[in-house]
Amino acid sequence: MKGINRNIQPNINLVDRIDFNQPEISTLDNGIPVYQLQTGTQDIVKLEFIFEAGNWFEEKKLVAWFTNKMLKEGTRKYSAGQIAEKIDYYGAHLELTSDKDMAYVTLYTLNKHLSDVLPVVEEVLFHPTFPENELAIKIQNKKQEYIVNSEKVRNLARWKFNELIFGETHPYGRFINPDDYNAVYQDDLIDFHQHNYFVKDCKIIAAGKIRKDLLPILNNCFGTYSDQFERNTNNRNLIEPGNLHIVHFIKENALQSAIRIGKKLFNKKHPDFLKLNVLNTIIGGYFGSRLMTNIREDKGYTYGIGSAIVSMQHSGYFFIASEIGTEVTQNAIDEIYREIDVLQNEKVPESELNLVKNYMLGSFLRSIDGPFALSESFKGLVEYGLDFNYLKSFVNIVKQTNADEIQLLAQRYLDRNSLFELKVGS
Amino acid sequence: MIDFDKFELNNGLKVIVHQDTSTPIVAMNILYDVGSRDEDPDKTGFAHLFEHLMFGGSENIPKYDVPLENAGGENNAFTNNDITNYYLTIPKQNMELAFWLESDRMLQLAFSEKSLEVQRNVVIEEFKQSYLNQPYGDIWLLLRPLAYKLHPYQWTTIGKDISHIENATRKDVKAFYRKFYNPNNAILTVAGDIELKEIEKLAQKWFGSIESFPKHERNLPLEPKQLEQRHLRVKRNVPFDSIYKAYHMCKRTDEDYYTTDLISDILSNGNSSRLHSKLVKEKRLFSKINAYISGDIDNGLFIFTGKLVKGVSMEEAEEALNDEIENIKLHEINGIELEKVKNKIESTIEFSEVNVLDKAMNLAYFELISDADLINEEISIYNNVSKQNIIKVANEVFNNNNCSTLYYLAN
Repeated sequence: MKGINRNIQPNINLVDRIDFNQPEISTLDNGIPVYQLQTGTQDIVKLEFIFEAGNWFEEKKLVAWFTNKMLKEGTRKYSAGQIAEKIDYYGAHLELTSDKDMAYVTLYTLNKHLSDVLPVVEEVLFHPTFPENELAIKIQNKKQEYIVNSEKVRNLARWKFNELIFGETHPYGRFINPDDYNAVYQDDLIDFHQHNYFVKDCKIIAAGKIRKDLLPILNNCFGTYSDQFERNTNNRNLIEPGNLHIVHFIKENALQSAIRIGKKLFNKKHPDFLKLNVLNTIIGGYFGSRLMTNIREDKGYTYGIGSAIVSMQHSGYFFIASEIGTEVTQNAIDEIYREIDVLQNEKVPESELNLVKNYMLGSFLRSIDGPFALSESFKGLVEYGLDFNYLKSFVNIVKQTNADEIQLLAQRYLDRNSLFELKVGS
Repeated sequence: MIDFDKFELNNGLKVIVHQDTSTPIVAMNILYDVGSRDEDPDKTGFAHLFEHLMFGGSENIPKYDVPLENAGGENNAFTNNDITNYYLTIPKQNMELAFWLESDRMLQLAFSEKSLEVQRNVVIEEFKQSYLNQPYGDIWLLLRPLAYKLHPYQWTTIGKDISHIENATRKDVKAFYRKFYNPNNAILTVAGDIELKEIEKLAQKWFGSIESFPKHERNLPLEPKQLEQRHLRVKRNVPFDSIYKAYHMCKRTDEDYYTTDLISDILSNGNSSRLHSKLVKEKRLFSKINAYISGDIDNGLFIFTGKLVKGVSMEEAEEALNDEIENIKLHEINGIELEKVKNKIESTIEFSEVNVLDKAMNLAYFELISDADLINEEISIYNNVSKQNIIKVANEVFNNNNCSTLYYLAN
C-alpha cells in the first residue's frame, strides 16, 4: 500500500488501567498462609515456601546459605541421590535459594505430578539431616565456585561495595573469604535449621493453574507441623562503616574495571521509596537512561551501565554499576557525577519524564504477567507485610510524580559527599 | 500445544500469528535468516555488530528505543551462529507501533558514521567483558577453530579477532544489510490477545510495500569428517584446571537430533544424571560437569565441560569421563532412566509455553528450520526414541576420532 506515511508515528495509548488478580488466601491447619494466584494457560504450578532464614539470622558466615543449599542433600527418609531421582523423574525442579533476609524452597512441577513430588518437599523442609559426607562435597565444590567468581571484577565490586556501605561486621556487608567455607560444620546447620526455619514465619505462594485439591494436599504434607524451638537471640555488635568514601580495590591485569557508586538508603516501606524509583529509572533504570545514553551510546565506554534501588528488611541501598574499559574508567566516573549534578540542578524535561513513566507502567504490566512474574512480584510484597494495594500506590505515584519532586529527591539523596565510590581493577 | 495461523506477503515475508487471551501484552519477534556462519572469513563479527547497528535509527525514526519506551514497550536482540533475532513486548493497545518500528528498520536503516563508531566501541567492550576479562572466557575462541577447520562455525559470533570489528567500514555494513535484511529473508511472529485479521491488515499495511531482493543462496563449505582426535593444551590465569570435549553431531533437522538431545539429558540433566552422580558426588573428581548439544542448524557439536577438583590429575579426570562415555555406548539404558528423560522433555515443553514472548520466539525458529508445525510435533518424536536408537547414536557420535579436546590449565 503506497498510501502510508512512515513519517507519522501510529497513535499510542498510555497504559492506564492495570488489573490485578487478588490472590485467594487460605491457611493450613497450623496457620501457614497459602496465597493462590490463579493465572496462565499452562497446567503447571509454582510453589514457593518462604522462611525468615537468611544471612541476617546467622552468627557465623555462610551458615544460612549452606543450611538452605543442603536441605535436599539428605533427609530422614531419603538420601541426596534418592531425592534427586524422585524430583527428576517427574520432570520437576526444586530450587533452593537464600539471600540476606530470607530463605526459599521453590517447586516447579506439572500439576499431574504434584502429589508425587510433595512428600519429597515435606522431607526436605522438615527433616533434613545435613549428612557430613554430602556437606564435605558441597563445601569443596562451592568453595571452588566462589574462587572462580572472585576472579570477576563485577562480583568483587558487588561484595566490596556492600562491605563499604554497611560495614565489615554487618550481616548485609560481611565479606566472604575462601577459608570461611572450611569453618562450616554439620552441627551449625542442624542448629540453624532448628532455630530459624519456623512454621510461624512460613508463607506459601502458589501460582499457575491451582488444583481444586491443592489445600488438602498441602495440609496433608505441611499442615501438621509445629515449632519445637525458639529463635536464638543474636548478639550483634554492629560497627558503623568507616569514613572512607572512595576506594580502589586492585585487581591485576583487568581489561575492564568494575565500578559501583551509591549509598545506604531505606526499604520499600519508606515514604520516598516509590518516588525514588522514578528517579532511579531516569538515572539508570532503562536503556534510554541518562547513564546509558551518555556513557554507552554517546561515548562507547561500556557494554552496559545501570542503577537500582534495593530494599531489604532492615535497610536498603542505591547503586550505579558498570564494567568499563580500563583506560576510560576515570572519564566514565566523571560523567556519572556530571549526570547526577544535572539532575540536581535542572528539571527533567516533560517529554522525558512522560517517557519514563510510560516505560515504567509498561514494565510494571510485564512484572505481573503470567504465573512466574506475578508470584515474584507478590513475594516482594508479602515479605514486607504488604499486599497488592502497594502496587496500586506504585501506579499512582508513577503517574503523579512531577519534575520538581524529582529534582528535590536528587538533591536530598544524591549529594556527592554522601556517596561511596568503589573501583575494582588495575 | 500452540495453535497458530500462518500467511505470507507478496514480498516473501512469512507471518505467524498465535492468540493468547490470558495476557495484556503482545510479543513480536522478527527473525532474520543470517548468523555468524554467513560472514566472510576476513570480516567476522559482522552479524553481531549489525545487530547493534539496527538500533541506531532508521529512515523515519531517529531512535528506535524512544517511541517504544514511550509506549510501555521493551525490546532486545541476540545473534548466534545461525540467526539474528529481534524481539519486543508491548501493551496490546500499542501494537501498531511495533509494526511501524520493525518495518521501518527493515526498509531503510540510517547508517550514520557516529552510530558505527559508537557501536564498534561498544562491541569491543563487549568482547572484553564477555571473552577476555572473565576467567575461562576465551574457551570458545579456542574450541571452535579446533573442532571446525572449514565450516564457518569455526569462529564465534563476536568474531575471530577484534581487528575485524575495528576495521569495519560503513560500506561493509551497508552491503551486509542489503544482502540479508530483506522481507523474504525474515520471519515475523506476533503472539498475544490478537486476531488473525488484524495482524493480516497490519502486516500488509506496514511490511507489504517493502521490496524483496534476490534471496541469498547459502553455499557454505561442508566440514569434512574428522578423521582423528585433536588436542589443544593451554595455560591461563585461572584457579582450576578444566577440560572441554567436542564431538561432531548431526544437523538440527536430522532425525537423530532428538536421540542426541536425550543422550545429553541422560548424562547431565539434573542432579540424578549420570555425570553428576558419578563424577561429582561419588568419585569427587569434578566440582562441576556438564554435557549438552549446541543446537546449531548445520552439523553441530556435542559438548562436555568439566572443572576439576583441585588436586585431581587431568589423566584421572579424563579417564573417568571417558568411562561414562563408554558406558552409554556399550550398555543399553534401563526403562526408568529413559522414562525420566522423556518426562523431563514433556515438562520443559510445557514450561516453554508459559510466556507469550517464548512462544513467539519458538514459532519463528521452528518455521525457519522446518515448519512452525514442528513445535507441536517434537514431543512425540522425543517419545518415540528407543533404547536402540540411543546406543546407535552414542556409538556414532562418541567416536574418539570425532573428538576435539581442550585442556585448559591453571598457571
